[in-house]
Amino acid sequence: MHELSLAENLLQIIEDAAHEQQFTQVRTVFLEIGQLTCVEPESLRFYFEIVTKDSVAQHAKLEIIEIAGQALCKQCQQHLLIATYYQTCSYCGSYEIKITQGEEMRIKELEVE
Amino acid sequence: MCTTCGCSVGQARINGKPIESQQHPDKPLRFRPHTTQYFPTSATANSLEMLDFGTGITEMHASGMSQARMIKIERDILDKNNEYAARNRRRLAERGIFALNLVSSPGSGKTTLLVNTIQKLRDHFSIAVIEGDQQTDHDAARIRATGVPAIQINTGKGCHLDARMVAHAIEQLPLQDNSLLLIENVGNLVCPSNFDLGEAHKVVILSVTEGEDKPLKYPDMFHVADLMLLNKCDLLPYLSFDTELTIDYAHRIHPGLPVISLSATQGTGMHTWCDWIRTQCRRAAIASETHHNHSVTFESI
Ligand SMILES: Nc1nc2c(ncn2[C@@H]2O[C@H](COP(=O)(O)OP(=O)(O)OP(=O)(O)O)[C@@H](O)[C@H]2O)c(=O)[nH]1
Ligand SMILES: [Mg+2]
Ligand SMILES: [Zn+2]
Repeated sequence: MHELSLAENLLQIIEDAAHEQQFTQVRTVFLEIGQLTCVEPESLRFYFEIVTKDSVAQHAKLEIIEIAGQALCKQCQQHLLIATYYQTCSYCGSYEIKITQGEEMRIKELEVE
Repeated sequence: MCTTCGCSVGQARINGKPIESQQHPDKPLRFRPHTTQYFPTSATANSLEMLDFGTGITEMHASGMSQARMIKIERDILDKNNEYAARNRRRLAERGIFALNLVSSPGSGKTTLLVNTIQKLRDHFSIAVIEGDQQTDHDAARIRATGVPAIQINTGKGCHLDARMVAHAIEQLPLQDNSLLLIENVGNLVCPSNFDLGEAHKVVILSVTEGEDKPLKYPDMFHVADLMLLNKCDLLPYLSFDTELTIDYAHRIHPGLPVISLSATQGTGMHTWCDWIRTQCRRAAIASETHHNHSVTFESI
């Protein structure tokens, strides 16, 4: 359900930008969503479509760039790819890993006119 | 599902099958350039084909389109919330107010725990409570019955408290300096994990009737929490709940997460929890005092 508030937050950032940068229509919104966040892209799309109705972002396309989860093993210092928080180090089996990437929820760019 | 790496854009599944995406997920997973660039070679690292450094936005939009232009934004989606949270945290720290954000699924015993915690700590600190629920002010009424001020936030359809709501509540509450602020979030083991309220720590409460696997099923909450309370331990004799396994699962998500087993109704373990609060509270008060002393010396120079 919190994808609804994410969509609202997203629209607010877009509206702030529209005010500052003088555009009236957004074509595409480029987002980075980390694989480890509890954000469901489909749900976000659904709510984004609803909240942007009659706004500068009406009919805008959401381009979601999924960022892979990466971590550094604190035991063996190897970098590894992870898809979940409970993954063990694929080199030494340790749970002691430090997330280095995959928790982002960023709005990167807008394609506007 | 992406044929290159086996990922899918969303992780939602129905009967184990990915839900069909509106946008065909033919795009690979993206990797940011690493400070020490590396190429994963492990089994989980899939194939090298999917490595794609940089976010490659430019390649995704048709160039040469009329009037269209690109605008760089580079902001966290929750920037607004995070700004409010940072402001809350600063204000609380300046006044030596120690704030905890209690998160759990509905009915794990948050309010019962708060009522009993208040009774044990009220002689040591001034305490105030912010209650978050979708509807009703039952919980705030339970807190007020102890004589401690409480504000009820009803989130309506919202599934979590956010930092702006808490900022309003902080303004309205009679908060003493060097006091304790307890925030009971909406009963929900998922959404509140994303929303920083400006608290010093998130405390996740899991009751033994909920099952051992909750940390694995709802990892985000256990990942962001700084302390886990295992509540309703008085019921253990009647259940086949494996405490050690639960803690092991929690530690898979969050290595080293401190865990306190307790019973909010019977009182066992409550002193460990209250001692933890007392220690943390004292630290917050000392930190704010040092902060003030510093600013005094600074001004007098
Ligand atoms: N046996 C036992 N029951 C408990 C304990 N703590 C809470 N309960 C019971 O669990 C039920 C729910 O407790 P609440 O304190 O309302 O739980 P909550 O987490 O505040 O619930 P929501 O605010 O609705 O999410 C009540 O019937 C409590 O009496 C405990 O330590 N042991
Ligand atoms: Mg409650
Ligand atoms: Zn390792």
